[in-house]
Amino acid sequence: MSETQIAVKADTPFRTNTRKRKSVGKLFSEILAIILSLVIFGVPFYFVIVNASKDTKESSLLNMELPSSFQLIENIQAVMAAQNGMIVRAFFNSMMITGFSIAILILVGAMAGYVLQRRTSKMSPFFNFLILAGLIIPPAIVPTIWVLDGIGLFKTMPGIILVEVALNLPFTILLYKGFMATLPKELDEAALIDGCGRMRLFFSIILPLLKPVSATVIVLTAVGVYNDFVNPLYFFPGAENATLQLTLYNFSSMYNTQWNLLFTNILLISIPPLILFIFFNKKIVAGMTAGAVK
Amino acid sequence: MTKLTNRSYTYYFLLPAGIIYFVFFLLPTIMSFFFSMTWWTLTDWKFIGFENFITFLTEPSLNIGFKNTIIYAVVTCTLKVILGLLLGVFLSQKLKTIGFVRSMVFFPTLLSTIAVGMAFAMMMHPTQGLINTALKIVGITGPDWLGDTTIALISVALVDVWKGVGMATVIFIAGIMSIPEDYYEALAIDGGNSFHKFWNIIVPLSRPAMNSVIILAFIGGLRSFDLVWAMTKGGPGFSTDLIASIIYKQYQGGFYGLSTAGNVILFVVVSALAFPLYAFLNKKEVDL
Repeated sequence: MSETQIAVKADTPFRTNTRKRKSVGKLFSEILAIILSLVIFGVPFYFVIVNASKDTKESSLLNMELPSSFQLIENIQAVMAAQNGMIVRAFFNSMMITGFSIAILILVGAMAGYVLQRRTSKMSPFFNFLILAGLIIPPAIVPTIWVLDGIGLFKTMPGIILVEVALNLPFTILLYKGFMATLPKELDEAALIDGCGRMRLFFSIILPLLKPVSATVIVLTAVGVYNDFVNPLYFFPGAENATLQLTLYNFSSMYNTQWNLLFTNILLISIPPLILFIFFNKKIVAGMTAGAVK
Repeated sequence: MTKLTNRSYTYYFLLPAGIIYFVFFLLPTIMSFFFSMTWWTLTDWKFIGFENFITFLTEPSLNIGFKNTIIYAVVTCTLKVILGLLLGVFLSQKLKTIGFVRSMVFFPTLLSTIAVGMAFAMMMHPTQGLINTALKIVGITGPDWLGDTTIALISVALVDVWKGVGMATVIFIAGIMSIPEDYYEALAIDGGNSFHKFWNIIVPLSRPAMNSVIILAFIGGLRSFDLVWAMTKGGPGFSTDLIASIIYKQYQGGFYGLSTAGNVILFVVVSALAFPLYAFLNKKEVDL
């Protein structure tokens, strides 16, 4: 037996030992990290749910204990009935704003992203700059109100929808532009040779192929516009015009003493994003990172 | 034969997007430079030069916004990068529970800022709040998170990190996942440990992801408004007022010119920091 073989033999048990010890340590740190993430990210959810299920007196203690009587249904009814069903109206408004913003963004954003990716000219750097500027620059508030007021759209649904579209356009165009690069130009050529017009080329060939990005745009815009607080606050004021985020904000002063109802409201408002997340988890994550890692 | 030329793609397709973008974003931005130099009531204006800017820069209740905005952006951005990177490394492993933990960390990104702000404001209640109750159990008297002028801004920033770190994490995961296996194999052959793996492979090679996180988090921090407004309304005093919340307060008070001057200042601050940062980070990426 040569010396090296002995060395290897002697070495083997020692090696497996360290590996085992290492994996135990690794397992321990993993479990610790999981528990830590559960506490930091899970406890707030638990706290909101538990307190939304309590009566006013118990919830005023703001603790983590389980409710003595389960009141969630009654609380939901109370929140729905508050201020003559304000929240129902707000829900309708929020859905309308979100729905129309998505529809316009897809149509207008896909058209722009398509041409901007396909056609390169002296203007291209300028357009790219506009997109970048739109992503970085904070919107000018009062001048936007001035513009909306000037064309009669201040405090109206079309007004807030168009503002949401304008502010979400740069990111949407970026997504479409990125995806267009994966569709071969030969496709357009073949269609044009077959006698397809420029309009038909886009609407019946390109637009259907953009479905994956459109799905991303739908999910991201839905989350973004639904959760938007600042723009409705400025451009869509008035009791009639409440959106869900504005209602929650206004309720916070109203429910100063009834924290269980405030928690119920927080819980209700978080359900639509939760549903979206359950069904489109991968799509959301992929869309957000795709845009970011550009 | 039909030739594919630039003319096949008509610029008319840009018109709808262009018009909306111009009317509802570009035009107000351009006009803000003019209206920031006026005394303005929406229907009537009077040119007053740089008076609004002077007020904004000299009034202590207004210029505190600068300091706070920079602190807020730097603190949230730094924490999101560090925690996002660590969580990203941890969550890009293959473990059974990883999908669940990943979802848990990411989900707050999708929640309404107002809802998150209110829930945390309750948890940060000085005597009854969850956080201080928990601290009391281990024998620490927790501070008045949102009522103490010295730490209120940091408290809000921490909530911002809680809500936003999921976004940073998924970007880092995407970056880490795209590192080719070969590097780890080479490291294993050279006998490197997990620290080497982290410091010499993951950190440098997830650089593009890190740049995205830095830019997104920093710009987001500078423009931040709703979380502060939901939690403290700029108080106590003016200790958590950001430029964006001052813009809102001036608008509410009817000082439209002053509010717009705040907008222009925010524009300048964001551009002066974001564009060079963008260029700097992109240059570094090329050097790599």
